[in-house]
Amino acid sequence: MANGDRLLRENGKGAAISRPLPVFFRSRTGQLLHDPVLLAIVLISFGLVGLFVVYPLARVFLVSLFPRGAFDPRYFLHLFEGRPYLVRPLLHSLTVATLVAVLGTVLGFLFAYAITRTDIPGKRVFRWAATLPLISPPFLLALSTLLLLGENGLITRWLFSRFGIRWSVYGLPGLVLTETLAYFPLAFFTLEGVLASIDPAQEESAMDLGASKLRTFLHVTLPLATPGLAAAFLLLFIRSLEDFGNPIVLQGRYPVLTVQAYLAITGMYNLPLGATLAILLLVPTVVAFLVLQLWVGRRSYITVTGRPTSAGLHTTEPLLKWPLFAALLLFSGIFFLFYGMIFYGAFTKLWGVNHAFTLENFHYVFSTGATYLLNTLQLAGIATPIGGLLGILLAYLVTRKSFPGRRLLDLLAMLNFAVPGLIVGMGYVFAFNTPPLLLTGTAIIIVLVFIFQRMPVAIRDGVAMLQQIDPAIDDAAADLGAGFFRTFRRVTLPLVAPALLAGMAYMFSACITSISAVIMVVLARWQLVTVALLHEVDNADLSQAAAYGVVIILIVLGAIFLMDFVIRKVLEGWKHAR
Amino acid sequence: MPVELVLAGLTKVFRGFRSAVVAVDHVDLEVEKGELVTLLGPSGCGKTTTLRLIGGFEVPTEGEIYLRGQRITHLPPQRRPTATVFQSYALFPHMTVFENVAFGLKVRRFPRAEIRRQVQEVLNLVGLTGLENRLPAKLSGGQQQRVALARVLVIKPQVLLFDEPLSNLDAKLRVETREHIRRIQKEVGITSLYVTHDQAEAMAISDRIVVMNQGRIQQVGFPQDVYLRPANPFVADFIGRANFLKARVVAQNATETEVELASGLRLRLPQRFSFASGEEVQMVVRPEAVDFCAPEEGHLQGQVVLAQLTGPSAHYRVALSSGEQVEVEVLGALEKGLLAPGTPVGLRLHLKSLHLLRA
Repeated sequence: MANGDRLLRENGKGAAISRPLPVFFRSRTGQLLHDPVLLAIVLISFGLVGLFVVYPLARVFLVSLFPRGAFDPRYFLHLFEGRPYLVRPLLHSLTVATLVAVLGTVLGFLFAYAITRTDIPGKRVFRWAATLPLISPPFLLALSTLLLLGENGLITRWLFSRFGIRWSVYGLPGLVLTETLAYFPLAFFTLEGVLASIDPAQEESAMDLGASKLRTFLHVTLPLATPGLAAAFLLLFIRSLEDFGNPIVLQGRYPVLTVQAYLAITGMYNLPLGATLAILLLVPTVVAFLVLQLWVGRRSYITVTGRPTSAGLHTTEPLLKWPLFAALLLFSGIFFLFYGMIFYGAFTKLWGVNHAFTLENFHYVFSTGATYLLNTLQLAGIATPIGGLLGILLAYLVTRKSFPGRRLLDLLAMLNFAVPGLIVGMGYVFAFNTPPLLLTGTAIIIVLVFIFQRMPVAIRDGVAMLQQIDPAIDDAAADLGAGFFRTFRRVTLPLVAPALLAGMAYMFSACITSISAVIMVVLARWQLVTVALLHEVDNADLSQAAAYGVVIILIVLGAIFLMDFVIRKVLEGWKHAR
Repeated sequence: MPVELVLAGLTKVFRGFRSAVVAVDHVDLEVEKGELVTLLGPSGCGKTTTLRLIGGFEVPTEGEIYLRGQRITHLPPQRRPTATVFQSYALFPHMTVFENVAFGLKVRRFPRAEIRRQVQEVLNLVGLTGLENRLPAKLSGGQQQRVALARVLVIKPQVLLFDEPLSNLDAKLRVETREHIRRIQKEVGITSLYVTHDQAEAMAISDRIVVMNQGRIQQVGFPQDVYLRPANPFVADFIGRANFLKARVVAQNATETEVELASGLRLRLPQRFSFASGEEVQMVVRPEAVDFCAPEEGHLQGQVVLAQLTGPSAHYRVALSSGEQVEVEVLGALEKGLLAPGTPVGLRLHLKSLHLLRA
């Protein structure tokens, strides 16, 4: 160390700064100050995330707790007094969410087990059936439910004319049925991944040691899949809680939180009540999300090894295999029936009254509805590239750069992951309805909602993309003298381009099909196609609604296929590059 | 030669959630212009972190880095006149060889013709002419390595940093490439820091070697010095292999040191060490500095406990009568025949290669 002092003395002499570097400059902040571009980008990112993620959410709490500028938690007091207008929606939401989570997880496990652990035929068709609800607007299934089981539903009418049975699908049964079908694919894909990654050698060795198949399943397979089951349950629980599209169509006399919060604000103009209902919704969602992240995440038994485990242990036991096959056939049949109804309904004059073939509904979509369609395409088209680039930029910042507050930025940017879309939209209404940030009623607010509600997904995708790239490549670019922008534009961006395009295709679809977040911010001038669909359901013109649904599905499929095509071209271009 | 690069009290602490790891611990070093200095040590010894601190990829917790008298401690990588050859090469996979090498020059806004000329020149130097339009994925490992070298040479940095540049090559190519790197480094006369864990590699190409362990410098010296006169047991055992025998200094004069071993045997070593008479020391005996002889002859007596043929040489472990064990390496084992375990043997030590360390 004496040597070090000598070196410091000798070399400090004549150097630009002769005193030792102050502690502050030794921190990461210090290096940041010598990299003004990075500093600016970090500050701008904090600004954007603060303004468009944190601030709107804070406003929801402020509106709820300070209704007239003074602290007044009256609605929370009402909640603890057990006033039904607060308690009932909360209980209803939790009931629906629990039932949907249980049923969806069971159904998902059935599908996942049959596909990963048996040799049933037609696996590909079953996977397709399960993919449908993921790419279509989830609330389209509510429309199908009405087409089949509503007042004028095909099944309802048939049962009445044949057996004189009357029923109503509105309320709990309709909600549980529809949401289970809409969200079970999430459980399926989660559990498929989990089951596929359980090393079959573990099951084989259990049987090798003398355990029966049933015993192996109960004592080896099932415990190994438990964290996956818990994750699937929580995922479905969250999705059901924050669902808006299905309950607004189907809730009937069984009010749930999302719809009541929306109605409190748009129908009763009672902002504090709406905000309070939103917070009641936010609490269980965030709790479930935290449990998912912290508890389930840590209990995963899955060990990722380089060895392929896809070989799997396939049972050919006919007593197990064929009942599973029959169950999958039944549920897939239901799926195709539900989606088929939408296509059928779109070509009928008036559902339940006149089922004659017609193209009128599509004519209407492309004339009167054209504005909605163009609005949606235009706004989603603006939001997608901005959101995609911002997502990858933030992902790049939080994974590849080191600066003070990095973890905080990551956390805040990901915040909306756990926040239901309806609350995001509500926050925007509260936050941007006064100058200088008067955005209510403009197209900008819709674009911003699109961008910042999808931001967490874009960042997560971005992080996954960056993990495929050696961090030393970034270091090398900086080392050769390239600054932040040149490295990002010339090196990082071209390398993630294909994955980024794919991410954008999904972001575009998500914007097109989104309803819960934008329902709060749309106004007459900037109506969107999903909202138009809901209006038609409201008008009891199910055929017209179905035509909108068909067009939305086609746009989404078109976007995904187009992007797929472009990506393949890009990759081919690289392969043949000189 | 003037001093080019100075590390003064360089320290890097990585703070985890509940723990802190001192990766680099008060490292002091001066590197002269045109010198190739190797940072050598086992994995986790802090050598790569030291290199990354110099490259600007990490900010030191304490200490300073000077380049030609200028403090560069806090500058981001793009503002430092250093350039790194990465372990993974970190070639830009979407750019051709030409574009990879031209990258640094484009950043510096060189005119197009000048870029073309300089890239050709450096590709010629590393022997890659004709491969300008290939993508990195279409190159062999050795060729990729040379692109990485060309890419940093072309921007004429003041200091070249090599981070285990040969670890992704097979054994034969490693030897070829390290000679190639050394030749070009001398030709260009560029100051270089070279990180490796391979002591043979370090011995072969370095002007000086810095041996590191647990974040600290153990010894700085010329290659033959760290081998012949290791500063401590760690260096002795890391650079080559070493047996340690207990001994005591009995007497010494200007040219000789007399020591007494545990067995009572006295040896006259033809060197002076800086120990006082009577001091307890460890005697470093290289396995290759021992010969077998008849049991009653030689300096030490013992019995073979382990015998292994390792190709050109035979490896033995011999239990001494003092209870200590000694590893012995014998060349030309095939001719001499392998001694069976249990064989009583005598050991003759090469007195000139014995070294003493503080006990």
